[in-house]
Amino acid sequence: MALQSLDIARRSATTTEAPKVRETTEVAKLIDVSACIGCKACQAACMEWNDIRPEVGNNVGIYDNPQDLDDKTWTLMRFTEVEENGRLEWLIRKDGCMHCADPGCLKACPSPGAIIQYSNGIVDFHQENCVGCGYCITGCPFNIPRLSKTDNKAYKCSLCSDRVAVGQAPACAKACPTGAIKFGAKEDMVHYAEARIDDLKDRGYQNAGLYDPQGVGGTHVMYVLHHADKPTLYADLPENPQISPTVALWKGVAKPLALLALGATAIGSLFHYVMKGPNEVSKELEAEMEKEDAK
Amino acid sequence: MIRNPRDLQRYNASERANHWIVGICFILLALSGLAFFHPALFPLVNLFGGGTWARILHPWIGVVMAVFFVIMFFRFASLNLMGGKDWDWLSKVGKMVDGNDHDMPEQGKYNGGQKLLFWLLTLCMVLITVSGVVMWRSQFDFPTELVRIAVVVHAAAAAFMIGLIFVHVYAAIWTRGTIRAMLYGTVTRAWAKQHHRGWYRQMTGKD
Repeated sequence: MALQSLDIARRSATTTEAPKVRETTEVAKLIDVSACIGCKACQAACMEWNDIRPEVGNNVGIYDNPQDLDDKTWTLMRFTEVEENGRLEWLIRKDGCMHCADPGCLKACPSPGAIIQYSNGIVDFHQENCVGCGYCITGCPFNIPRLSKTDNKAYKCSLCSDRVAVGQAPACAKACPTGAIKFGAKEDMVHYAEARIDDLKDRGYQNAGLYDPQGVGGTHVMYVLHHADKPTLYADLPENPQISPTVALWKGVAKPLALLALGATAIGSLFHYVMKGPNEVSKELEAEMEKEDAK
Repeated sequence: MIRNPRDLQRYNASERANHWIVGICFILLALSGLAFFHPALFPLVNLFGGGTWARILHPWIGVVMAVFFVIMFFRFASLNLMGGKDWDWLSKVGKMVDGNDHDMPEQGKYNGGQKLLFWLLTLCMVLITVSGVVMWRSQFDFPTELVRIAVVVHAAAAAFMIGLIFVHVYAAIWTRGTIRAMLYGTVTRAWAKQHHRGWYRQMTGKD
Protein backbone atom coordinates (compact mmCIF):
# COMPACT_ATOMS: atom_id res chain seq x y z
CA MET A 1 0.00 0.00 0.00
CA ALA A 2 1.64 3.16 -1.20
CA LEU A 3 0.24 5.51 1.43
CA GLN A 4 1.07 3.11 4.20
CA SER A 5 4.70 3.31 3.18
CA LEU A 6 4.80 6.98 4.17
CA ASP A 7 4.30 6.43 7.88
CA ILE A 8 7.25 4.24 8.75
CA ALA A 9 9.03 5.03 11.99
CA ARG A 10 11.79 2.45 11.66
CA ARG A 11 12.93 -0.06 9.07
CA SER A 12 15.22 -3.02 9.79
CA ALA A 13 18.86 -2.96 8.59
CA THR A 14 18.49 0.58 7.30
CA THR A 15 20.90 3.28 8.40
CA THR A 16 19.11 6.25 6.87
CA GLU A 17 15.80 7.82 7.85
CA ALA A 18 12.61 5.98 6.99
CA PRO A 19 9.87 7.79 5.01
CA LYS A 20 7.87 9.29 7.82
CA VAL A 21 6.02 12.37 6.61
CA ARG A 22 2.68 10.95 7.70
CA GLU A 23 2.24 10.95 11.43
CA THR A 24 -0.47 8.64 12.60
CA THR A 25 -1.97 8.26 16.04
CA GLU A 26 -0.14 5.86 18.31
CA VAL A 27 -2.42 2.90 18.84
CA ALA A 28 -2.53 0.17 21.46
CA LYS A 29 -4.35 -3.02 22.27
CA LEU A 30 -5.30 -3.30 25.93
CA ILE A 31 -5.80 -6.82 27.28
CA ASP A 32 -7.64 -6.83 30.57
CA VAL A 33 -6.54 -10.16 32.00
CA SER A 34 -9.05 -9.83 34.84
CA ALA A 35 -11.93 -9.82 32.37
CA CYS A 36 -10.74 -12.75 30.25
CA ILE A 37 -12.73 -15.98 30.45
CA GLY A 38 -10.34 -18.02 28.30
CA CYS A 39 -12.83 -18.75 25.51
CA LYS A 40 -10.17 -18.50 22.77
CA ALA A 41 -12.45 -16.51 20.48
CA CYS A 42 -9.42 -14.24 19.90
CA GLN A 43 -7.37 -17.21 18.69
CA ALA A 44 -10.15 -18.31 16.35
CA ALA A 45 -10.66 -14.78 15.03
CA CYS A 46 -6.91 -14.40 14.45
CA MET A 47 -6.81 -17.61 12.42
CA GLU A 48 -9.87 -16.63 10.47
CA TRP A 49 -8.89 -13.09 9.57
CA ASN A 50 -5.29 -13.95 8.76
CA ASP A 51 -6.16 -17.18 6.92
CA ILE A 52 -3.81 -19.33 8.98
CA ARG A 53 -4.74 -22.81 10.16
CA PRO A 54 -2.29 -24.48 12.52
CA GLU A 55 -2.34 -28.26 12.39
CA VAL A 56 -4.64 -29.91 14.90
CA GLY A 57 -2.47 -31.11 17.77
CA ASN A 58 -2.92 -33.40 20.76
CA ASN A 59 -4.44 -32.79 24.15
CA VAL A 60 -1.66 -33.08 26.71
CA GLY A 61 -3.85 -32.36 29.71
CA ILE A 62 -3.64 -28.58 29.79
CA TYR A 63 -5.91 -25.90 28.40
CA ASP A 64 -3.23 -24.24 26.27
CA ASN A 65 -4.11 -25.20 22.72
CA PRO A 66 -1.94 -25.30 20.67
CA GLN A 67 0.78 -25.67 23.28
CA ASP A 68 2.95 -22.89 21.91
CA LEU A 69 3.00 -20.06 19.41
CA ASP A 70 4.07 -21.12 15.93
CA ASP A 71 4.19 -19.76 12.40
CA LYS A 72 0.41 -20.18 12.14
CA THR A 73 -0.47 -19.38 15.76
CA TRP A 74 0.13 -15.69 16.27
CA THR A 75 -1.78 -15.42 19.51
CA LEU A 76 -2.27 -17.98 22.26
CA MET A 77 -4.11 -18.10 25.57
CA ARG A 78 -1.75 -19.28 28.29
CA PHE A 79 -3.43 -20.69 31.39
CA THR A 80 -1.75 -20.66 34.79
CA GLU A 81 -3.09 -21.86 38.15
CA VAL A 82 -1.63 -20.01 41.12
CA GLU A 83 -2.45 -19.57 44.78
CA GLU A 84 -2.57 -15.93 45.76
CA ASN A 85 -3.84 -14.65 49.12
CA GLY A 86 -4.90 -18.17 50.07
CA ARG A 87 -7.14 -18.57 47.05
CA LEU A 88 -6.75 -20.48 43.84
CA GLU A 89 -6.57 -18.16 40.87
CA TRP A 90 -6.80 -19.14 37.26
CA LEU A 91 -4.77 -16.61 35.32
CA ILE A 92 -5.31 -16.49 31.59
CA ARG A 93 -3.00 -14.38 29.48
CA LYS A 94 -3.38 -13.85 25.77
CA ASP A 95 0.21 -14.13 24.56
CA GLY A 96 1.53 -12.65 21.31
CA CYS A 97 3.64 -9.82 19.96
CA MET A 98 3.81 -6.84 22.33
CA HIS A 99 4.70 -4.36 19.54
CA CYS A 100 7.53 -2.75 21.54
CA ALA A 101 8.40 0.89 21.01
CA ASP A 102 12.03 -0.31 20.97
CA PRO A 103 11.68 -3.65 19.16
CA GLY A 104 14.50 -6.15 19.72
CA CYS A 105 13.47 -8.08 16.59
CA LEU A 106 13.88 -5.03 14.37
CA LYS A 107 17.22 -4.17 15.96
CA ALA A 108 18.53 -7.69 15.34
CA CYS A 109 17.18 -8.15 11.79
CA PRO A 110 19.94 -8.02 9.11
CA SER A 111 17.60 -7.77 6.11
CA PRO A 112 16.56 -4.29 4.96
CA GLY A 113 12.81 -3.80 5.20
CA ALA A 114 11.97 -7.24 6.59
CA ILE A 115 10.72 -5.63 9.81
CA ILE A 116 8.88 -2.33 9.78
CA GLN A 117 7.71 -0.21 12.66
CA TYR A 118 4.87 2.09 11.64
CA SER A 119 4.42 5.48 13.25
CA ASN A 120 1.26 4.14 14.89
CA GLY A 121 3.49 1.75 16.83
CA ILE A 122 2.74 -1.51 15.01
CA VAL A 123 5.79 -3.69 14.39
CA ASP A 124 5.17 -5.68 11.24
CA PHE A 125 7.14 -8.45 9.54
CA HIS A 126 7.37 -8.19 5.75
CA GLN A 127 8.05 -11.82 4.92
CA GLU A 128 8.94 -11.12 1.29
CA ASN A 129 12.12 -9.46 2.58
CA CYS A 130 12.77 -12.06 5.29
CA VAL A 131 15.86 -14.23 4.71
CA GLY A 132 14.97 -16.72 7.46
CA CYS A 133 18.00 -16.27 9.73
CA GLY A 134 15.93 -16.13 12.92
CA TYR A 135 17.85 -13.16 14.36
CA CYS A 136 14.46 -11.65 15.31
CA ILE A 137 13.96 -14.57 17.72
CA THR A 138 17.36 -13.80 19.23
CA GLY A 139 16.45 -10.13 19.61
CA CYS A 140 12.93 -10.51 21.03
CA PRO A 141 12.68 -10.17 24.83
CA PHE A 142 9.23 -11.85 24.82
CA ASN A 143 10.05 -15.01 22.80
CA ILE A 144 7.43 -14.31 20.13
CA PRO A 145 8.62 -14.73 16.50
CA ARG A 146 8.58 -18.24 15.06
CA LEU A 147 10.31 -19.59 11.94
CA SER A 148 8.08 -21.60 9.65
CA LYS A 149 9.33 -25.13 9.06
CA THR A 150 7.93 -25.03 5.53
CA ASP A 151 9.07 -21.68 4.11
CA ASN A 152 11.69 -20.67 6.72
CA LYS A 153 10.24 -17.18 7.12
CA ALA A 154 9.54 -15.63 10.53
CA TYR A 155 5.95 -14.96 11.55
CA LYS A 156 4.15 -13.24 14.41
CA CYS A 157 1.11 -11.11 15.24
CA SER A 158 0.79 -8.12 12.89
CA LEU A 159 -1.69 -6.38 15.22
CA CYS A 160 -3.87 -6.73 12.10
CA SER A 161 -1.95 -3.87 10.48
CA ASP A 162 -4.14 -4.36 7.39
CA ARG A 163 -7.31 -3.79 9.43
CA VAL A 164 -5.85 -0.93 11.46
CA ALA A 165 -4.73 0.81 8.24
CA VAL A 166 -8.39 1.10 7.22
CA GLY A 167 -9.68 2.12 10.62
CA GLN A 168 -10.71 -1.31 11.95
CA ALA A 169 -9.80 -2.88 15.26
CA PRO A 170 -7.69 -6.08 15.22
CA ALA A 171 -9.69 -9.28 14.68
CA CYS A 172 -9.07 -10.51 18.24
CA ALA A 173 -10.39 -7.29 19.77
CA LYS A 174 -13.44 -7.44 17.52
CA ALA A 175 -14.22 -11.01 18.53
CA CYS A 176 -13.71 -10.80 22.30
CA PRO A 177 -17.10 -11.43 23.94
CA THR A 178 -16.28 -9.91 27.33
CA GLY A 179 -14.55 -6.74 26.20
CA ALA A 180 -11.28 -7.95 27.70
CA ILE A 181 -9.52 -6.83 24.52
CA LYS A 182 -9.83 -3.15 23.74
CA PHE A 183 -8.22 -1.29 20.89
CA GLY A 184 -7.72 2.44 20.26
CA ALA A 185 -5.33 5.32 20.68
CA LYS A 186 -2.64 4.38 23.20
CA GLU A 187 -3.48 7.45 25.27
CA ASP A 188 -7.12 6.41 25.48
CA MET A 189 -6.17 2.84 26.36
CA VAL A 190 -3.98 4.02 29.23
CA HIS A 191 -6.86 6.16 30.45
CA TYR A 192 -9.33 3.27 30.17
CA ALA A 193 -6.90 0.99 32.01
CA GLU A 194 -6.74 3.40 34.93
CA ALA A 195 -10.46 3.02 35.51
CA ARG A 196 -10.17 -0.76 35.34
CA ILE A 197 -7.26 -0.73 37.79
CA ASP A 198 -9.21 1.45 40.26
CA ASP A 199 -12.06 -1.02 40.06
CA LEU A 200 -9.74 -3.98 40.70
CA LYS A 201 -8.20 -2.20 43.67
CA ASP A 202 -11.67 -1.62 45.08
CA ARG A 203 -12.25 -5.33 44.77
CA GLY A 204 -9.19 -6.17 46.83
CA TYR A 205 -6.44 -6.47 44.23
CA GLN A 206 -4.13 -3.93 45.86
CA ASN A 207 -1.34 -4.52 43.35
CA ALA A 208 -3.44 -4.24 40.23
CA GLY A 209 -1.72 -2.24 37.53
CA LEU A 210 -0.88 -1.64 33.89
CA TYR A 211 1.82 -3.63 32.14
CA ASP A 212 3.51 -1.23 29.71
CA PRO A 213 7.19 -2.11 30.28
CA GLN A 214 9.48 0.88 29.95
CA GLY A 215 12.58 -1.30 29.40
CA VAL A 216 11.47 -1.64 25.77
CA GLY A 217 10.18 1.93 25.60
CA GLY A 218 6.64 0.86 26.38
CA THR A 219 4.54 -1.51 24.29
CA HIS A 220 1.57 -1.23 21.96
CA VAL A 221 -0.03 -4.28 23.49
CA MET A 222 -0.62 -3.67 27.19
CA TYR A 223 -2.07 -5.78 29.97
CA VAL A 224 -4.20 -4.90 32.95
CA LEU A 225 -2.91 -7.32 35.59
CA HIS A 226 -4.45 -8.03 39.00
CA HIS A 227 -0.92 -8.74 40.27
CA ALA A 228 1.12 -6.16 38.39
CA ASP A 229 3.85 -6.55 41.01
CA LYS A 230 4.35 -10.16 39.90
CA PRO A 231 3.99 -10.34 36.12
CA THR A 232 5.91 -13.64 36.04
CA LEU A 233 2.82 -15.32 37.55
CA TYR A 234 1.19 -14.92 34.14
CA ALA A 235 2.96 -17.72 32.26
CA ASP A 236 6.37 -16.06 32.77
CA LEU A 237 5.55 -12.60 31.50
CA PRO A 238 8.94 -10.90 31.98
CA GLU A 239 9.16 -8.51 34.90
CA ASN A 240 11.45 -6.00 33.26
CA PRO A 241 11.87 -6.93 29.62
CA GLN A 242 14.59 -5.21 27.67
CA ILE A 243 16.76 -5.87 24.67
CA SER A 244 19.47 -8.24 25.93
CA PRO A 245 22.82 -6.48 26.53
CA THR A 246 24.55 -9.02 24.27
CA VAL A 247 22.12 -8.21 21.45
CA ALA A 248 22.71 -4.49 22.04
CA LEU A 249 26.47 -5.11 21.89
CA TRP A 250 26.11 -7.28 18.78
CA LYS A 251 24.03 -4.66 16.95
CA GLY A 252 25.54 -1.55 18.51
CA VAL A 253 28.59 0.61 17.85
CA ALA A 254 30.91 -2.41 17.77
CA LYS A 255 29.97 -3.16 14.16
CA PRO A 256 30.78 0.14 12.46
CA LEU A 257 33.99 0.25 14.53
CA ALA A 258 34.93 -3.26 13.38
CA LEU A 259 34.29 -2.28 9.75
CA LEU A 260 36.42 0.81 10.24
CA ALA A 261 39.23 -1.30 11.70
CA LEU A 262 39.07 -3.75 8.78
CA GLY A 263 39.07 -0.90 6.27
CA ALA A 264 42.04 0.67 8.04
CA THR A 265 43.93 -2.64 7.90
CA ALA A 266 43.34 -2.93 4.14
CA ILE A 267 44.22 0.68 3.38
CA GLY A 268 47.13 0.53 5.83
CA SER A 269 48.55 -2.48 3.97
CA LEU A 270 48.37 -0.68 0.64
CA PHE A 271 50.10 2.37 2.09
CA HIS A 272 52.74 0.21 3.74
CA TYR A 273 53.60 -1.29 0.36
CA VAL A 274 53.61 2.11 -1.31
CA MET A 275 55.77 3.75 1.35
CA LYS A 276 58.14 0.94 2.37
CA GLY A 277 58.27 -1.04 -0.84
CA PRO A 278 58.21 -4.83 -1.14
CA ASN A 279 60.30 -7.18 0.92
CA GLU A 280 62.53 -8.56 -1.83
CA VAL A 281 65.27 -11.15 -1.84
CA SER A 282 68.63 -9.41 -1.72
CA LYS A 283 70.65 -9.17 -4.94
CA GLU A 284 73.66 -10.72 -3.21
CA LEU A 285 71.75 -13.88 -2.37
CA GLU A 286 70.36 -14.12 -5.89
CA ALA A 287 73.86 -13.71 -7.34
CA GLU A 288 75.18 -16.36 -4.94
CA MET A 289 72.57 -18.86 -6.12
CA GLU A 290 73.19 -18.01 -9.78
CA LYS A 291 76.86 -18.74 -9.26
CA GLU A 292 75.93 -22.07 -7.70
CA ASP A 293 73.68 -22.88 -10.65
CA ALA A 294 76.41 -22.06 -13.14
CA LYS A 295 78.70 -24.68 -11.63
CA MET B 1 59.01 -18.53 -16.67
CA ILE B 2 61.41 -21.43 -16.65
CA ARG B 3 61.45 -23.15 -13.31
CA ASN B 4 64.77 -23.91 -11.78
CA PRO B 5 64.99 -27.62 -10.89
CA ARG B 6 66.97 -26.64 -7.81
CA ASP B 7 64.05 -24.61 -6.41
CA LEU B 8 62.90 -25.85 -3.02
CA GLN B 9 59.56 -27.60 -2.58
CA ARG B 10 57.64 -25.76 0.17
CA TYR B 11 54.16 -27.25 -0.28
CA ASN B 12 53.11 -30.44 -2.05
CA ALA B 13 50.06 -30.58 -4.29
CA SER B 14 47.71 -31.91 -1.64
CA GLU B 15 48.75 -29.23 0.86
CA ARG B 16 48.15 -26.57 -1.78
CA ALA B 17 44.74 -27.93 -2.73
CA ASN B 18 43.79 -28.10 0.96
CA HIS B 19 44.87 -24.51 1.50
CA TRP B 20 42.89 -23.24 -1.46
CA ILE B 21 39.72 -25.10 -0.53
CA VAL B 22 39.92 -23.39 2.86
CA GLY B 23 40.81 -20.09 1.17
CA ILE B 24 37.89 -20.15 -1.26
CA CYS B 25 35.49 -21.11 1.52
CA PHE B 26 36.86 -18.24 3.60
CA ILE B 27 36.27 -15.69 0.83
CA LEU B 28 32.71 -16.90 0.26
CA LEU B 29 32.02 -16.96 4.01
CA ALA B 30 33.50 -13.52 4.57
CA LEU B 31 31.44 -11.99 1.74
CA SER B 32 28.15 -13.60 2.79
CA GLY B 33 28.89 -13.07 6.48
CA LEU B 34 29.72 -9.38 6.06
CA ALA B 35 26.40 -8.98 4.22
CA PHE B 36 24.64 -9.91 7.45
CA PHE B 37 27.18 -8.07 9.58
CA HIS B 38 26.25 -4.53 8.56
CA PRO B 39 23.40 -3.09 6.46
CA ALA B 40 25.90 -1.18 4.31
CA LEU B 41 27.26 -4.52 3.07
CA PHE B 42 23.90 -6.28 2.65
CA PRO B 43 24.04 -5.94 -1.19
CA LEU B 44 26.82 -8.58 -1.08
CA VAL B 45 24.03 -11.17 -0.78
CA ASN B 46 23.44 -10.63 -4.50
CA LEU B 47 26.69 -12.49 -5.19
CA PHE B 48 24.96 -15.55 -3.74
CA GLY B 49 21.57 -15.22 -5.42
CA GLY B 50 19.87 -13.04 -2.81
CA GLY B 51 19.46 -12.80 0.95
CA THR B 52 17.76 -16.12 1.47
CA TRP B 53 20.31 -18.00 -0.63
CA ALA B 54 23.15 -16.31 1.25
CA ARG B 55 21.54 -17.41 4.53
CA ILE B 56 21.13 -20.99 3.26
CA LEU B 57 24.63 -21.30 1.76
CA HIS B 58 26.71 -19.58 4.44
CA PRO B 59 26.53 -22.32 7.10
CA TRP B 60 27.06 -25.16 4.64
CA ILE B 61 30.16 -23.48 3.23
CA GLY B 62 31.18 -23.12 6.87
CA VAL B 63 30.90 -26.87 7.36
CA VAL B 64 33.16 -27.48 4.34
CA MET B 65 35.67 -24.94 5.62
CA ALA B 66 35.66 -26.41 9.13
CA VAL B 67 36.33 -29.92 7.80
CA PHE B 68 39.21 -28.83 5.58
CA PHE B 69 40.59 -26.52 8.24
CA VAL B 70 40.81 -29.45 10.64
CA ILE B 71 42.76 -31.44 8.01
CA MET B 72 45.03 -28.46 7.41
CA PHE B 73 45.49 -28.03 11.15
CA PHE B 74 46.86 -31.55 11.52
CA ARG B 75 49.14 -31.06 8.51
CA PHE B 76 50.80 -27.95 9.91
CA ALA B 77 50.32 -27.91 13.68
CA SER B 78 53.61 -29.57 14.59
CA LEU B 79 55.51 -27.12 12.36
CA ASN B 80 53.93 -24.21 14.19
CA LEU B 81 54.86 -25.03 17.79
CA MET B 82 56.25 -21.84 19.25
CA GLY B 83 59.58 -21.50 21.03
CA GLY B 84 61.87 -18.80 22.41
CA LYS B 85 63.22 -17.74 19.02
CA ASP B 86 59.67 -17.16 17.79
CA TRP B 87 58.87 -14.77 20.62
CA ASP B 88 62.25 -13.13 20.02
CA TRP B 89 61.27 -12.68 16.34
CA LEU B 90 57.89 -11.26 17.32
CA SER B 91 59.46 -8.77 19.75
CA LYS B 92 61.49 -7.40 16.84
CA VAL B 93 58.67 -7.43 14.29
CA GLY B 94 58.50 -3.63 14.30
CA LYS B 95 61.88 -3.46 12.56
CA MET B 96 60.75 -6.05 10.03
CA VAL B 97 57.64 -4.02 9.21
CA ASP B 98 59.82 -0.96 8.92
CA GLY B 99 61.63 -2.71 6.06
CA ASN B 100 64.81 -3.84 7.81
CA ASP B 101 65.12 -7.63 8.19
CA HIS B 102 68.88 -7.72 8.92
CA ASP B 103 68.60 -8.11 12.66
CA MET B 104 65.83 -10.70 12.67
CA PRO B 105 66.65 -14.00 14.40
CA GLU B 106 67.02 -17.00 12.10
CA GLN B 107 63.74 -18.78 11.35
CA GLY B 108 62.80 -22.33 10.43
CA LYS B 109 60.02 -23.17 7.98
CA TYR B 110 57.77 -20.62 9.68
CA ASN B 111 58.63 -17.42 11.49
CA GLY B 112 57.11 -16.31 14.78
CA GLY B 113 54.50 -14.18 13.03
CA GLN B 114 53.31 -17.03 10.85
CA LYS B 115 53.11 -19.34 13.86
CA LEU B 116 51.17 -16.85 15.95
CA LEU B 117 48.81 -16.32 13.01
CA PHE B 118 48.31 -20.08 12.73
CA TRP B 119 47.21 -20.35 16.36
CA LEU B 120 45.04 -17.24 16.24
CA LEU B 121 43.30 -18.51 13.10
CA THR B 122 42.75 -21.87 14.80
CA LEU B 123 41.24 -20.16 17.83
CA CYS B 124 38.97 -18.08 15.59
CA MET B 125 37.89 -21.17 13.65
CA VAL B 126 36.93 -23.00 16.86
CA LEU B 127 34.93 -20.02 18.15
CA ILE B 128 33.25 -19.35 14.80
CA THR B 129 32.37 -22.98 14.14
CA VAL B 130 30.90 -23.66 17.57
CA SER B 131 28.96 -20.37 17.70
CA GLY B 132 27.89 -20.87 14.09
CA VAL B 133 26.29 -24.21 14.91
CA VAL B 134 24.47 -22.63 17.85
CA MET B 135 22.97 -19.88 15.66
CA TRP B 136 22.05 -22.22 12.77
CA ARG B 137 18.29 -21.88 13.21
CA SER B 138 17.18 -23.96 10.26
CA GLN B 139 19.03 -27.02 11.62
CA PHE B 140 19.21 -26.58 15.38
CA ASP B 141 17.14 -25.13 18.17
CA PHE B 142 19.40 -23.95 20.99
CA PRO B 143 18.13 -21.88 23.94
CA THR B 144 17.82 -18.19 23.05
CA GLU B 145 20.14 -17.15 25.92
CA LEU B 146 22.87 -19.29 24.38
CA VAL B 147 22.18 -17.97 20.86
CA ARG B 148 22.52 -14.41 22.18
CA ILE B 149 26.07 -15.17 23.31
CA ALA B 150 26.85 -17.11 20.13
CA VAL B 151 25.90 -14.24 17.81
CA VAL B 152 28.33 -11.89 19.58
CA VAL B 153 31.13 -14.46 19.61
CA HIS B 154 30.50 -15.30 15.94
CA ALA B 155 30.55 -11.66 14.80
CA ALA B 156 33.57 -10.68 16.92
CA ALA B 157 35.69 -13.73 16.05
CA ALA B 158 34.80 -13.46 12.36
CA ALA B 159 35.68 -9.77 12.17
CA PHE B 160 38.99 -10.51 13.91
CA MET B 161 39.66 -13.42 11.57
CA ILE B 162 39.01 -11.30 8.48
CA GLY B 163 41.56 -8.85 9.85
CA LEU B 164 44.06 -11.69 10.37
CA ILE B 165 43.54 -12.88 6.80
CA PHE B 166 44.17 -9.36 5.51
CA VAL B 167 47.52 -9.50 7.31
CA HIS B 168 48.19 -13.04 6.01
CA VAL B 169 47.45 -12.08 2.39
CA TYR B 170 49.35 -8.81 2.58
CA ALA B 171 52.41 -10.48 4.11
CA ALA B 172 52.42 -12.92 1.18
CA ILE B 173 52.14 -10.09 -1.36
CA TRP B 174 54.70 -7.90 0.42
CA THR B 175 57.30 -10.67 0.67
CA ARG B 176 58.07 -11.14 -3.01
CA GLY B 177 58.43 -14.67 -4.28
CA THR B 178 56.09 -16.09 -1.64
CA ILE B 179 52.77 -16.59 -3.39
CA ARG B 180 54.24 -19.13 -5.84
CA ALA B 181 54.77 -21.45 -2.87
CA MET B 182 51.01 -21.76 -2.56
CA LEU B 183 50.39 -21.72 -6.33
CA TYR B 184 52.83 -24.30 -7.62
CA GLY B 185 54.69 -25.30 -4.52
CA THR B 186 58.27 -24.08 -4.88
CA VAL B 187 60.38 -21.14 -3.76
CA THR B 188 63.85 -20.11 -4.86
CA ARG B 189 66.83 -21.02 -2.71
CA ALA B 190 67.65 -17.34 -2.36
CA TRP B 191 64.14 -16.69 -0.98
CA ALA B 192 64.51 -19.51 1.50
CA LYS B 193 67.96 -18.41 2.64
CA GLN B 194 66.80 -14.85 3.18
CA HIS B 195 63.50 -15.47 4.96
CA HIS B 196 63.79 -18.94 6.49
CA ARG B 197 67.48 -19.71 6.84
CA GLY B 198 66.96 -22.58 9.27
CA TRP B 199 64.63 -24.28 6.80
CA TYR B 200 67.08 -23.53 3.93
CA ARG B 201 69.87 -25.29 5.80
CA GLN B 202 67.63 -28.21 6.62
CA MET B 203 66.53 -28.56 2.98
CA THR B 204 69.93 -28.07 1.28
CA GLY B 205 72.39 -29.17 3.94
CA LYS B 206 74.29 -25.94 3.22
CA ASP B 207 74.99 -23.04 5.49
